[in-house]
This record gives sequence, C-alpha cells and structure tokens, in this order.
Amino acid sequence: MVQEPAIPLYEEVVDGFNKLLSGPTAAVAGPRAESNSLRRAREAAFGRFRERGFPSIKDEDWRYTQIARFLKDKYDLSGTFDQDQSALADKAEIPSLDSYRIVLVNGTWQRNASRGVPPSGLLLLTTAEAKQDPVFAHYFEQRTGDHHFTALNAALFTDGIFIRVDANAVPDRPLHIVHVYTADRNLLVQPRHVVIVNRNAALTVIESVVSGSPPDGPRILVNSVAEIMVEQDAQLEHILIQTAGQSTRLIQHTTVRQKRQSLYNNFTVTLPGSELVRNELHVRMEEEYSESHLYGLYLTGGRQLVDNHTLVDHQKPSCQSNELYKGVLLDQSTGIFNGKIYVHKDAQKTNAFQQNNNLVIGDKATIDSKPQLEIFADDVKCSHGSTVGQFSEEALFYLRSRGIGEQTAKGLLINAFAFDVTEKIRTPALRSHINHLIGDHIPAVNS
Amino acid sequence: MLIIKNLHAEVEEKEILKGIDLSVNAGEVHAIMGPNGSGKSSLASVLAGRKNFHVTRGEVIFKGKNLLDSAPEDRAREGLFLAFQYPMEIPGVSNINFLKTAIAEIRAHRNLPPLEAKEFLRMSREKQKLVEFDAQLVNRSLNEGFSGGEKKRNEIFQLAMLEPELAILDETDSGLDIDALRIVSKGVNKLRSDKNAFIIITHYQRLLEYIVPDYVHVLYDGRIVKSGTKELAMELEEKGYDWLKEEARGKETRERATI
Ligand SMILES: Nc1ncnc2c1ncn2[C@@H]1O[C@H](COP(=O)(O)OP(=O)(O)OP(=O)(O)O)[C@@H](O)[C@H]1O
Ligand SMILES: [Mg+2]
Repeated sequence: MVQEPAIPLYEEVVDGFNKLLSGPTAAVAGPRAESNSLRRAREAAFGRFRERGFPSIKDEDWRYTQIARFLKDKYDLSGTFDQDQSALADKAEIPSLDSYRIVLVNGTWQRNASRGVPPSGLLLLTTAEAKQDPVFAHYFEQRTGDHHFTALNAALFTDGIFIRVDANAVPDRPLHIVHVYTADRNLLVQPRHVVIVNRNAALTVIESVVSGSPPDGPRILVNSVAEIMVEQDAQLEHILIQTAGQSTRLIQHTTVRQKRQSLYNNFTVTLPGSELVRNELHVRMEEEYSESHLYGLYLTGGRQLVDNHTLVDHQKPSCQSNELYKGVLLDQSTGIFNGKIYVHKDAQKTNAFQQNNNLVIGDKATIDSKPQLEIFADDVKCSHGSTVGQFSEEALFYLRSRGIGEQTAKGLLINAFAFDVTEKIRTPALRSHINHLIGDHIPAVNS
Repeated sequence: MLIIKNLHAEVEEKEILKGIDLSVNAGEVHAIMGPNGSGKSSLASVLAGRKNFHVTRGEVIFKGKNLLDSAPEDRAREGLFLAFQYPMEIPGVSNINFLKTAIAEIRAHRNLPPLEAKEFLRMSREKQKLVEFDAQLVNRSLNEGFSGGEKKRNEIFQLAMLEPELAILDETDSGLDIDALRIVSKGVNKLRSDKNAFIIITHYQRLLEYIVPDYVHVLYDGRIVKSGTKELAMELEEKGYDWLKEEARGKETRERATI
C-alpha cells in the first residue's frame, strides 16, 4: 500500500531512514558502525513499514483510534538536548519507595541522574551499547512483530535501556525507570528496550512516564518498543505509570515471552495527560505452566484518547492468565479496550480470564470495549466480561445522606471502583502513590 | 424541631404521600406504623432528600429552616439521620474511612476543627461497644457481605457516631434477632436526650416495649389516619389494621359526600 500523501511524517521518516543509512553524520544519533546484520534488519523492517505505512481507521486494530490527526504535525527525528533535563524525573517521585532509580530522557539513559545503590545481579546498558555487543546484538535484529509502529521502530530506533537479571538473582529492591519526554520542537522519539529475567531470578520494574513541555508546547510522539524475556522459573513484576502531559503522544508496544513455570505480572496505570496513549501489550506463553496477571487502570480526562490493546497468547498447555482492566472516563475523553485471548490447539488445560469494567462519568466521554476470544483447544476454562456503567445513584445517596458532599462521594466511589486493581499492588508505597494520583484528578478525594 | 405541613409527594408520577402533618419536638420519640406500602419509607426518603421523590405540595421545617430546599448532605450536616430499611452495600469503600469522611465534612460544615485521629479512634471504640458492633466489621467494606442484622447494626453504629438531632429509623428492628433488638434499643435509649428526637418506623409493638414512644401514628395510603400514645400500638397488635382502613375509607366517603 502506498501511503496517502496527507501524512507528512511519512516523508520525514523515509528521509530520516535514508540519512541513517548514509552514515554517522546523520541527524539521527548513534548508529556508528552497526553490524551488517543489524543494518539488514533495519532495512527489512523499513521495507515492512513502507508496505504498510501508518495505520488508518481501515485497519481493524485502529478502527476506534484515529491516529491520522496526531501524525499531521511536522516532527524532528533527532531528540538531543543541550541542557540536562533529568530534573524532570522528580515528577515521578514515589514517596517512601526504596528503589534504584534511573532516568531516561527521550530514551537516553542519563547515568548521572541515577539514585540509590544498584542492586547486585542486575546488568544495565544503554541500547546504543548493547546493540553493538555481539552477545546481545541479536535482540535488536529479530523481528518485533508485523505492526506499523513496531516495524518503524525496528528500522529507526536509536537508544533505550537494556536490562538483564542474572540467573537466580533476586534484587532486593525495585528498579524504577523514569522516562522523561521533553522537547523544544516537535519530536519523534523511538526508544527500544530489552528486559531479560534469567532462570529463577525475580525482579520488580516500575516505569514512570513523565514529560516536560507545557500542554500547548511542542508535541512529542513516542513510538516505544520493549521486549521482555521471562525465563524458566523466573518472575517479573512490571508496573507502568503514565502521567505524562498533554503534549505527549505515546505509542508503546511491549512483547513478553514467558518460559516454563514463569510468572509475569503487569500493572498499566494511565492518568489524565497525554492526548494519545496506545498501549499494546502482548504476552506470549511459550512454555507450559506459566502464569500471568494483567491489571489495567485508566483514568482518562480532557479530550484524551487512551487505547489499551492486549493479547494473551496461550501457546502451550497448563498456563494461566488473568486480566482485569478498569476504566474511569471523565470529561470528553475516549477509552478503548481490546482484549484478545488466543488459545492454540495445543494449549490444553488453559485457564484464561478477562474482565473489563468501565465507569463513564463525563457527559461526552465514551468507551469502546471489545473482548476477543479465539479458542482452538477443547479442554480449557476461559471467560470474559465487559461492563459499562455510571455512578450508582443509590450508593451516592447513601453516602450523601451521611453528610458527605457530592464531589467527595463521587471520589470515594471512583476509588472504590479502582480498588479491585489497586489492592493487587503489593508494594504499599506504590499503592498509596497510585491512590494519590487518582485523587489528584478527583479534587475532593485527598482532602 | 421538625414540622411537616400538608406534605404531598409523588414518585414516577404516582402520588404516594397525600397530605401529611406531623410535628416532632426535641426530646420526643414518635413511632410510625402502618400496613405495607402505605408510604412510611417514602416519607423517610422525602425527609432525607432522595432524588426520585418529588414534593408537589406542603412544606417541611427543620430547626426553623425549610428542609426541602437543601441537598441530602446538608440535611445530614444539619443533624438529620436516616437509618435505612435496606442499607446499601458499597464494595471498596471501607466502613471506617466512610465514617471518617462523613464526620470530617459534618464538622467542617459546623465550623468545628477536624477531629484528631486519636479522638476519632476513641469515639469509634466507645460506640462500637455501645451497640456491640464487631470490630472486624468496622474495617470491612461498607456493608459488603454483611448479614441483614449486621447491616442494621451498622446503621445504628453510624447513628451513634454521627450523633444526629433527628434520627429516623426505618424498620431497623426487622431482621434483628432478640439479642440484637435489645442491644440496638439499649443503644438508642442511651442516645436519647432532651436535645434530640427519634422517628421510629416499625411493624412490631415489641420494639416499642424497649424504646417507649411518646406518640404513635398510623400511616395509611399516604396519610396519618390515627395518632395516639403507646397504647395505640398495643391495640394495633391486637386488632390489625382493618378497622383503621375502614375508618379511613368511611371518612373519605363522608368527605366526598360533603363536597
Ligand atoms: N421508586 C419507586 N417507584 C415506584 N413506586 C414506588 C417507589 N418507591 C415506592 N413506591 C411505591 O410507593 C408506595 C409506598 O412505598 P413505601 O416503601 O413508602 O411503603 P412502606 O410503608 O415503607 O412499606 P413497607 O412496610 O413494606 O416497608 C408503594 O406502593 C410502593 O410501591
Ligand atoms: Mg418501608
């Protein structure tokens, strides 16, 4: 398919890619002396992107997410800054959380902004370093799926973070990664991250996404790809908190590959801010007895569009997945939930559950909720459910009849609605941080 | 304290209250009895400010002010309390946090300083004891999974915590076992003073043996058709409502005949 001319960004990325290939003087930073195989991978990926172009509403997966209007601006492909922007990471402060914190500004690790003692058993590299390392290079050369944006990322990614936990290592505190996005001109940032949790290791990763530019400032389009390997008997607790500001547009694709008897827990929390959020989370259960819990909480506001697409891919028998996404939609915001569960023919004894509940509060807020189950094995337990509701007038009246004002009562009910998700967060400091973030957007709650 | 004058109210365009007159003074306990569907809970709902009830005529004065103009929360902050016939379950809102919030907002409304955490805790313990309310229940989600009797006790626990001037108890005795009935009554009697008043809606004379009312009213078809003292309750227990229904109907026909 040839891209419609209406998207100038298409020309820019073609141009950017040509420059990237033509050598180290390119506007895009970092591709010095890449291996031939990586170059070939980039070319192949770019070929795939050229075939597909940017998605339009004609693509089933983008039907409700009109991306075109976010691609109209002119974006710069180079995101370097003269000044240090890492102080913006303070916006992601989680009070009384004992963690090792690292800061990435527009995808590049700012080593001087790290805080705390790095836990043992943890290797951290920049993607720019790791892709040059013969041992790790293959992670950046493999196909990252056939999606529009992942192909573009595979072709043009520059930096990011590479994390590896040694076998049997259990770092004693969480790794807190703060992603700062900030720009003095419109910017397209394409970070690429890799996380490997080796056999029998366990890690908690908290990712916070914050931004610097004012609401009406330069736009930042983030097309981020993360690949996560959870090896046999390993465990990863993965929390993502998106609180970036309005001028950011986040498109983020995470693929998780789970080996035998591994555990992967994901919490995706999105708050009012970024005008576009598209979270694509794919969990591939590639070996038996693996287990995964996916929890989502989206509180959307303003004219925000928040789209969560998840895929749980049960490839092998005796795996368990459990998914609960809850949405609270304020103002004129739009929410989209698309949850796909795919159970392969081989994957007998699969347990797969999915639930999506929504509380639509804004008069003009909308939600599209779509569960998608494709089951090809016969001995499975699968269920899904989806609800869209408003405040219970009865519950509101009960609270108000005890002297609680309407706003506070609504706040209590929103917190109660979110509780099913927040109660699952095991770290108390993190749980109360998230409750506060929710409260910040429902003014009466924190008083 | 409370003056109800010729109160008419409808729900879903159906008239439920058809002209109620009632005065309650500080220090008094009024019992309201009457057959199912006669409008007792509706009266309580109108007083508490439930949305779907529309007052079409009449007025209600509470502590010298028009009650019907104010929001449900303001009525509560001014000292009105309704113990619900069917208390809501609200999963995810903890009982104790709910009470803390309620007390904070009520105190703010009355220009009182916030209650210290320690003082709140002390008070909560004291009132739990008064109504023998299980400490475990206090920390659970509001009424979630509570038994029928536990929900009713929770209403009385809330009443004790909020110390209202006018408390309306809508069939708080239904669903209580004999011990609970005694405990709840004891609690109410302890809370009784010459500064507050109670309206007790009940079907059973038994409760009125524990909480002795100053007045008993019978509500039938949206009107108070008879008022008396505690002896009226005993008479009702014995004779049922039929004689009153007939009286009421007779009166209505006579009224029509005179028009
Ligand atoms: N929301 C509503 N919609 C329609 N009708 C209603 C509603 N609420 C109450 N009613 C009607 O109003 C009438 C009075 O009901 P109410 O609950 O006040 O009776 P009650 O005297 O409390 O009865 P009970 O002794 O059974 O509790 C009934 O006919 C009832 O069906
Ligand atoms: Mg009733």
